[in-house]
Amino acid sequence: MRGIGPMRRYSAFAVAREAARYHSGWERAWRSPEPKKRYDVIIVGAGGHGLATAYYLGKNFGITNVAILEKGWLGGGNTGRNTTIIRSNYLQDPSAAIYEKARSLYETMSQDLNYNVMFSPRGVLMLAQTEHEVRGYKRTAHANLLQGVETEFVSPQRVKELVPIISLDGPRYPVLGGLWQARGGTGRHDAVAWGYARACSDMGMDILQKCEVTGIRQEGGKVVGVDTTKGTIGCDKLGIVVAGHSGVLAAMAGFRLPIESVALQALVSEPIKPCMDIVVMANTVHGYMSQSDKGEMVIGGGADGYNNYTQRGSFHHIEETVRALVETFPMISRLKMLRQWGGIVDMTGDRSPILSKTPVEGMFINCGWGTGGFKAIPGSGWGMAELMAKGSSPLTEEFGLNRFAEGRFVDESVAAGVAH
Amino acid sequence: MSTRLKEGGRRIDRAKQVEFTFNGKRMSGFEGDTLAAALLANDQVMMGRSFKYHRPRGVVASGAEEPNALVNLGEGGKFEPNQRATTTEIFDGLTAASQNHWPSLDFDVGAINAKLSRFLPAGFYYKTFMFPRFAWKHLYEPIVRQSAGLGRVPKDRDADTYEHYYAFFDVVVIGGGVAGLMAAKSAGEAGAKVLLMEQTPHWGGRAPVDGGEVDGKPVEDFVAATVAALEAMGNVTLRTRMMGAGVYDHGYMLGYQRLRDHAPAAKGPRHRLWRIRAGRIVTATGAIERPLSFAGNDVPGVMLASAVRDYVVDYGVSPGDRVVVVTNNDDAYRTAIAVKAAGLSVPAILDARAGGGGALAEEAKAQGIRVLNGMGVAKVHGKKRVEGVAVCRQAGEGAVEEEIGCDVVAMSGGWSPVVHLWSHCGGKLVWNDKYAMFQPNPEASPTGADGEGFVLAAGVAAGAQTDTDFEGLGLYETLRTAVRAGTQAAAELGFKTRDVALPTVSEHDEVAMEPVWLMPQGAGAKLRMKAWLDYQNDVKVSDVQLAAREGYESVEHTKRYTTLGMATDQGKLSNINGLATLANALGEAIPQVGTTTFRPPYTPISMGAIAGEARAETFQPLRRTPMHDWHEENGAHWEPVGQWRRPYCYPRKGESHAAAVAREVMATRDSLGLLDASTLGKLVVKGPDAGKFLDMLYTNMMSTLKPGRCRYGLMCSENGFLIDDGVVARIDEDTFLCHTTTGGAERIHAHMEEWLQTEWWDWQVYVANVTEQYAQIAVVGPNARKVLEKLTDEDISAESLPFMAWKDVTLDGVNSRVYRISFSGELSYEIAVPASVGRAFWGRLLQAGEEYGVTPYGTEALHVMRAEKGFIMIGDETDGTVIPQDLGLNWAISKKKDDYLGKRAQARSFMDNPDRWQLVGLETVDGSALPDGAYAVAEGTNANGQRNVQGRVTSTYFSPTLGKGIAMGLVHKGPDRMGEVLDFPGTDGKTYKAKIVDPVFYDRDGEKQNV
Ligand SMILES: Cc1cc2nc3c(=O)[nH]c(=O)nc-3n(C[C@H](O)[C@H](O)[C@H](O)COP(=O)(O)OP(=O)(O)OC[C@H]3O[C@@H](n4cnc5c(N)ncnc54)[C@H](O)[C@@H]3O)c2cc1C
Repeated sequence: MRGIGPMRRYSAFAVAREAARYHSGWERAWRSPEPKKRYDVIIVGAGGHGLATAYYLGKNFGITNVAILEKGWLGGGNTGRNTTIIRSNYLQDPSAAIYEKARSLYETMSQDLNYNVMFSPRGVLMLAQTEHEVRGYKRTAHANLLQGVETEFVSPQRVKELVPIISLDGPRYPVLGGLWQARGGTGRHDAVAWGYARACSDMGMDILQKCEVTGIRQEGGKVVGVDTTKGTIGCDKLGIVVAGHSGVLAAMAGFRLPIESVALQALVSEPIKPCMDIVVMANTVHGYMSQSDKGEMVIGGGADGYNNYTQRGSFHHIEETVRALVETFPMISRLKMLRQWGGIVDMTGDRSPILSKTPVEGMFINCGWGTGGFKAIPGSGWGMAELMAKGSSPLTEEFGLNRFAEGRFVDESVAAGVAH
Repeated sequence: MSTRLKEGGRRIDRAKQVEFTFNGKRMSGFEGDTLAAALLANDQVMMGRSFKYHRPRGVVASGAEEPNALVNLGEGGKFEPNQRATTTEIFDGLTAASQNHWPSLDFDVGAINAKLSRFLPAGFYYKTFMFPRFAWKHLYEPIVRQSAGLGRVPKDRDADTYEHYYAFFDVVVIGGGVAGLMAAKSAGEAGAKVLLMEQTPHWGGRAPVDGGEVDGKPVEDFVAATVAALEAMGNVTLRTRMMGAGVYDHGYMLGYQRLRDHAPAAKGPRHRLWRIRAGRIVTATGAIERPLSFAGNDVPGVMLASAVRDYVVDYGVSPGDRVVVVTNNDDAYRTAIAVKAAGLSVPAILDARAGGGGALAEEAKAQGIRVLNGMGVAKVHGKKRVEGVAVCRQAGEGAVEEEIGCDVVAMSGGWSPVVHLWSHCGGKLVWNDKYAMFQPNPEASPTGADGEGFVLAAGVAAGAQTDTDFEGLGLYETLRTAVRAGTQAAAELGFKTRDVALPTVSEHDEVAMEPVWLMPQGAGAKLRMKAWLDYQNDVKVSDVQLAAREGYESVEHTKRYTTLGMATDQGKLSNINGLATLANALGEAIPQVGTTTFRPPYTPISMGAIAGEARAETFQPLRRTPMHDWHEENGAHWEPVGQWRRPYCYPRKGESHAAAVAREVMATRDSLGLLDASTLGKLVVKGPDAGKFLDMLYTNMMSTLKPGRCRYGLMCSENGFLIDDGVVARIDEDTFLCHTTTGGAERIHAHMEEWLQTEWWDWQVYVANVTEQYAQIAVVGPNARKVLEKLTDEDISAESLPFMAWKDVTLDGVNSRVYRISFSGELSYEIAVPASVGRAFWGRLLQAGEEYGVTPYGTEALHVMRAEKGFIMIGDETDGTVIPQDLGLNWAISKKKDDYLGKRAQARSFMDNPDRWQLVGLETVDGSALPDGAYAVAEGTNANGQRNVQGRVTSTYFSPTLGKGIAMGLVHKGPDRMGEVLDFPGTDGKTYKAKIVDPVFYDRDGEKQNV
């Protein structure tokens, strides 16, 4: 089965047509079906990664007898809580490959999905504020050169041109330069989830919201289905894409994951007129900031230092982050924090994701995106779909679970190393 | 016209006139006015423009919930956007300007959006702006961005200061209305240490405006008496202008005190952020009135009924001559009565309830006010100001029965308890069907560390109670629940409480409200497209219905799709109306739909206050070595290393940094250099099991080290990666001194503690970080020994103090510990002296070294010299992926030990493998320096199309000693490939060719350091 009939396309014309009849003719963006008895593939978790996996299973491999199971509302996990930074200037080859794949897919996502996800390549700048960071980013720039990722190490003067509200010579950590990825940027997080959901639903896939997976059924070491709050549903293949709760699902299948779950927080200011066109990350002082299309300054920082599932987080990190950004952008001192929130991020030891087969045949897992997986959504979905359909994918090759047993890490925490 | 009344105004002092400007226009008000009140008094009803359609907006509320009246306030370093006029107290010289319009408030080009609003429903941008592909970033988005945003961008550095204040209280009461006062008194009388905070400058909250009597006297007198009683209690702290901003885990909370917003000329910090640990928190935060959803409910002049009453009673301001009241409850009648009492006209009260109101309605009628039951507003007339209302039957579809001219519509859709602070930390809510509101579920309070609830609600904020005959949200109930909450809070903390006698109260009986979510209930599409839910973000009833129709059914989806409740008021006015609209659209009950999450802060708090004192120099602790001032005075170019400052080099006048570094290196190699090495971590590890402990921590065998000797040690993580290195000295049988890297001191200390506390808690070892107790100076160069000999008679000859030994020596009368270790390859001593004499001792060394041309050197010379010697640097040669075996450091890995941290990890297949990148030296073919971080390419590309690589540069310098570029790097099987030339493409477009060589470039046999 290939779709349930063409979805009505979105366009300015369609909006105008609907305006004439008070918008009474819009269809549902996605159906709200009852679960079938079984599917070829079940994806658990309707976050960006789960939905993208389903989408590319359908689009690239014609597998559309798929259900996506979501315990809450689709996009309600970290996909709907993140600060939407998209970049691919990672250090290690496997990371650069999957993040760059994702970034390039973001460029055409609105057209592919016929849903405006507002990908905005406004550019991402990572400040270097110690000699060690300068060397680190120069290394990344060299690596990126060979990985086909366009980045550039820029001078403080160029930094100031790119982001005039910055203070270059704060007395503590003067800006010594920065790593600039002009083609990085931001997107609209909800729209990514909604756009994929609409496209999946249109291909005939079932998105089952308020449907929590409570158990995983196996026969002879092979997955055969899942128990859910809406009953038992059978499947041939199972993809677990639940971010912070991955450990919980792995436990249902009887294995453990090298993952820790911690709260990562973010906050926004009240909206102001445009003053910052790019994304700036300041890793020495621990904070990053961009301005949303609404005008809010979107701010994030470090993760809480203890494991939990509360989705709240402490105030101390907010303080640390805001302090860092007031230091970097002194003018924000006169703005007000409108709202703070948190999400539970799934952290691996090497700060790289896991896209892998599991000890249970037919069961795959995609997790460990930690603090930075929004940017990876399309690339991850692309690779994961290939892995699930074909058994392997060059994009996911290095991200297998076995890397922990073999000591073959893809270490992306490198930039955080400390110098003499 | 809105204007100042001849009389009245509880909060203003008519004797004190205050001058201010709005949009450049001079206006005056009275002390005690809020900016909103003063603007109304000057007939300025329109105060802003909405976010999306740029519709004219007037003030709707009188407090923190205000979504519309936001202004740019102040100038220069005191400028602040998005200030609510309703909570801004005016002062002489205040300058305010309205926001989000161009060129002016009255005439705004952006208002074209309103004309097009039919084409711009909720979420339209998800469906449009997609073609051509690049147009979003370059064409559409810039327009969207320019039209969005509210306030102006601050330009200047903040001229104010801020501070944090840490406090502990048994009971914190949030809200200084009658409930808060009574709760604080009850807890205080039990002996608890109490903090009572009120966000406005006034005690008493709404009650004095709403009327009623306590113990036979006006509420106002009761408030004054209670405040006086509280002020007399030593265990009670009272603060006004202080908002409960957020409630966090385990009784942690934030109080946001606005000290000088109302008096910017005064000295001292502007805001104080209270960081409080509370045993119990009582939320006595009152309730917020809800608007009604009828067409044109956003026209300036449509206000909350309670706000109209506040402006009349509190500020002596008439919002307009003719006020039509529209309500679904009794409370709004109070507004009609107050307006009438002020001599203004109330052409009609439209009561949506077919049965009408109770005692208050009778009172209104008795005063000659026309009351129309079962009626509502079909439509408001007017664009920038209300001109009248079309009246219709609430039960119908909006057929107009009557037109009534008026300039104000006072609306009331009932009240919602302020449950934000209750909810921040996970407190649950229940739906009260009778009052159509969510209220705290006392069974599901946020729980603290002990699993007990730590938040209690009091007064109206607690909702309507079921354990009582006294129905509703009246004054008696308010006082009763307040006493209960205050007493319970104290009792739960172990204080002895006694029964508090409740005062007698006289108040009006009220008839139940009736929920009205749409007016009229059968309103058609045209009317629904004009009925606003969220004024600031321009979300209308039709938008929520559209979201539901399109499948955005979860309340979070609806919120995000329509932006309902996402404005600066975070939905204080709009959320419940929006939820109800959604529930109706879905055919579900409101509690099934649920609320969105309440997140801190309650109302926005300044970033300045969050950052506190920590800015500029005090941004982070600045760690200075004892010699810091000397470095400063002698022209050090600083390098931040963690929180330390280290001299990078000491350039002379006109000297470049590179030249300075070269000079420092050469002087040291030729004669004598001095390095301030005080920042190196120094950890004392002591106890009978110290040797055993260090054997586990280091790859080397430390337990066999002899007292008096030093050993270079490596530390790995559990994953086998090299995390730190340094020289360990054995002081005596039980005591070791472990040097760490500068950046590693705290990290390694914590690492040691973690293992001791969680795994080896029965081992007899303790660790102390003595980094700052010592000044440490490296005396380096061929003349190093000679200088020291000038300062002591003791034997420090090569025999008595050989390489990798240490000795306590008195140098120039100072007790010193001299380690003979070298990170430069020269004859070198690191001398530790008490920090207190560090600076003086440094001076003595300079003096003594003068004859040898002593040259202080910085971190860069240090790096160059260690690279010339092929010594690795943590953070350069290591990056969290490198194991000691990669660095040719197998010799430092003890083969005799059963175990050490990282050993098992290093046995894994990918690590225990000759096929890794390994340390080598690199020399460019042309003698230039390799670029930092360059990679060596190999043939072809990998499966992902990336160029294959076979190595990378880890450190690269120009070596003044050798007169050419030298580098270290990790290369695939590097040590087996000596002499091979590799290609390193640079980001500058050039390709650098470099030969693989031995990493030790200088004094391969160690003759210089071993003399
Ligand atoms: C504050 C914050 C800021 C961030 N900023 C950025 C950023 O700027 N850039 C960036 O690239 N990344 C960022 N991230 C990270 C990014 O959000 C995540 O990596 C990414 O969204 C993860 O997507 P996901 O689909 O894997 O997980 P999620 O979106 O969390 O989806 C997992 C889904 O699984 C569901 N689920 C869980 N258990 C079950 C079950 N038993 N049954 C059914 N369903 C279940 C959950 O309800 C959830 O919807 C940030 C994260 C946070 C928290």
